[in-house]
Amino acid sequence: MAEQDRPRTLFDKIWDAHVVERLPDGTAILYIDRHLVHEVTSPQAFEGLRLAGRRPRRPDLTFAVADHNVPTSDRSAGIAEPESRLQVETLERNVAEFGITYFPLTDARQGIVHVVGPEQGLTLPGLTIVCGDSHTSTHGAFGALAFGIGTSEVEHVLATQTLLQKPAKNMLIEVNGRLGFGCTAKDVVLAIIGRIGTAGGTGHVIEYAGDVIRALDMAGRMTICNMSIEAGARAGLIAPDDTTFAWLEGRPYTPTSEAWARAVAYWRTLPSDPGASYDTRVVLHADEIAPLVTWGTSPEDVVPINGTVPDPDQEPSEARRAAKRRMLDYMGLTPGCRLQDIRIDVVFIGSCTNSRIEDLRAAAAVVKGRKVADGVRAMVVPGSGLVKQQAEREGLDRIFTAAGFEWREAGCSMCLGMNPDQLRPGQRCASTSNRNFEGRQGPGGRTHLMSPAMAAAAAITGRLADVRELVAQ
Amino acid sequence: MQPFTTLIGIAAALPMPNIDTDKIIPARFLKTIKRTGLGSALFHAMRYRPDGSEDPEFVLNKDPWRGAQILIAGPNFGCGSSREHAPWALLDFGIRCIIAPSFADIFYNNCCKNGILPIRLPQEVCDALAEDARIGANARLVVDLERQVVVRPNGEEIPFDIDPFRRRCLLEGLDDIALTLAHVDKITAYEARRRAEEPWAIG
Repeated sequence: MAEQDRPRTLFDKIWDAHVVERLPDGTAILYIDRHLVHEVTSPQAFEGLRLAGRRPRRPDLTFAVADHNVPTSDRSAGIAEPESRLQVETLERNVAEFGITYFPLTDARQGIVHVVGPEQGLTLPGLTIVCGDSHTSTHGAFGALAFGIGTSEVEHVLATQTLLQKPAKNMLIEVNGRLGFGCTAKDVVLAIIGRIGTAGGTGHVIEYAGDVIRALDMAGRMTICNMSIEAGARAGLIAPDDTTFAWLEGRPYTPTSEAWARAVAYWRTLPSDPGASYDTRVVLHADEIAPLVTWGTSPEDVVPINGTVPDPDQEPSEARRAAKRRMLDYMGLTPGCRLQDIRIDVVFIGSCTNSRIEDLRAAAAVVKGRKVADGVRAMVVPGSGLVKQQAEREGLDRIFTAAGFEWREAGCSMCLGMNPDQLRPGQRCASTSNRNFEGRQGPGGRTHLMSPAMAAAAAITGRLADVRELVAQ
Repeated sequence: MQPFTTLIGIAAALPMPNIDTDKIIPARFLKTIKRTGLGSALFHAMRYRPDGSEDPEFVLNKDPWRGAQILIAGPNFGCGSSREHAPWALLDFGIRCIIAPSFADIFYNNCCKNGILPIRLPQEVCDALAEDARIGANARLVVDLERQVVVRPNGEEIPFDIDPFRRRCLLEGLDDIALTLAHVDKITAYEARRRAEEPWAIG
């Protein structure tokens, strides 16, 4: 079979369309269509450009927003913390000097970069998208090849609009059947990571397929692709379809009229060809997926909410037994303890994984008419100013605040504890974010990952709780 | 970037699996606009006690490993975030080479961009090197990138693989932006073609 007739995957097609040149050793110069920039991983890249006397090649394809390090409290007086303020001011100086589009803190379009990109229609099928942030995988939900890069590569993209890359391996993860009551996209991706492990996707781009994925809305697809990195894959992909096109049409940066029709016609050619080959295949059935929570300090440490904390002695090797014992010690848990008996101190609903309007609606549906349990601090951090406005139009903010939740400004917030939103040592958090690493949400903080509805249930009960017991089917 | 040719140094064993980038450097230390000075925050939660004093049990707080230039690490080292502050902190501490059964992709890449050589070797080989490392000052390892071998204190040579392009960049300390810019005509031609075919994509 001739090379051009070989059935190709979605990844192969996007890759092939972006190779500027293949170097003799197989490294490709890969064109980058969208470069998203934030305040934490870009200052050294801009400084590098300046030192080398270079300028951004395509400032018009580069978009910046501050999100990691910004306060989520009232911002009218600016940023109080000097280091955070300097970082944001540095970004503002850089975008002004180099003519890059920027969504300032005072703009409703400001928010978490992976919420803002799709919301603005910067994220489109078939594009290559990079950002100095590992959760760039989120944009793969639209059938774009999107991955996180380090600061040296940020500088490389600024200077050349390309990256030096070797092709990844293809992995297909099929999720078949129909999700049960109380199960969401978050449970699907946690189940996947629980199955393949945090290094399971290393070296691969994961394409998600199957009935469950097809039936998901774009928010759910973004949640799944977002956590591809937690499975070790740099990128996740979902083939674009009518759900994708309907979501994108009419957004500020999406094409219009004739260009839209041409674009959609092209996007329809992107899904993997029948017979395309994958290096690795994994199949899950929806029946295996229950509402899940993590118990340890790795996103692969998932258990169903009606389960118990596992026993490290069941692990296959001494290294793993030691690692799991350390996790239990850090998390303050004992083997055999029922998950639903674990009391929590803080609830965080937000992050690039779960801060979209659909996520807030799901949480509000559980919270409505109820109160946050005594002694629990519960916070909602919308993914963008526009998500916040939409939620306020729908009255979700009043549902949350009436229950005792804090209703905050958009940003990464307690997902990574870089701004003042941090756990104190020993505090236990039910979180809709993506990483439960030691110290991730603050030094000594203990994180349990779960869906927005499950986090809402935890807020109401004051413990890890099964959302299915709180809402009618 | 500082070239990496041959390194003769003390190795420290840190065999825990899944050491993530938050463990290498927590997010609250990323508020800098510089690349340097991050070494003091390296492995912060493991290296310091809650009162801020050094934990004497942590390997890099003990002599001679305080001066380690090589880490023998566990599988999936560097998983998590894309923060290049992780290799910057390692480099600032003095680490120039990390040997582990596996690395997270972005971290591996970030190391290569900063003159740190990441070497993948099977778990049992890493276990043996970790044993060598525990001997301390009299057990220096030699890492020879030109010949692609690690030499154990007993003289045994362990070959390793590395992508030829990365090897060349490390050996010569190349600026890969300059390498890419040598192909700028190709990039311009590509942009013209894409603009015609997919005007919505790149304007």
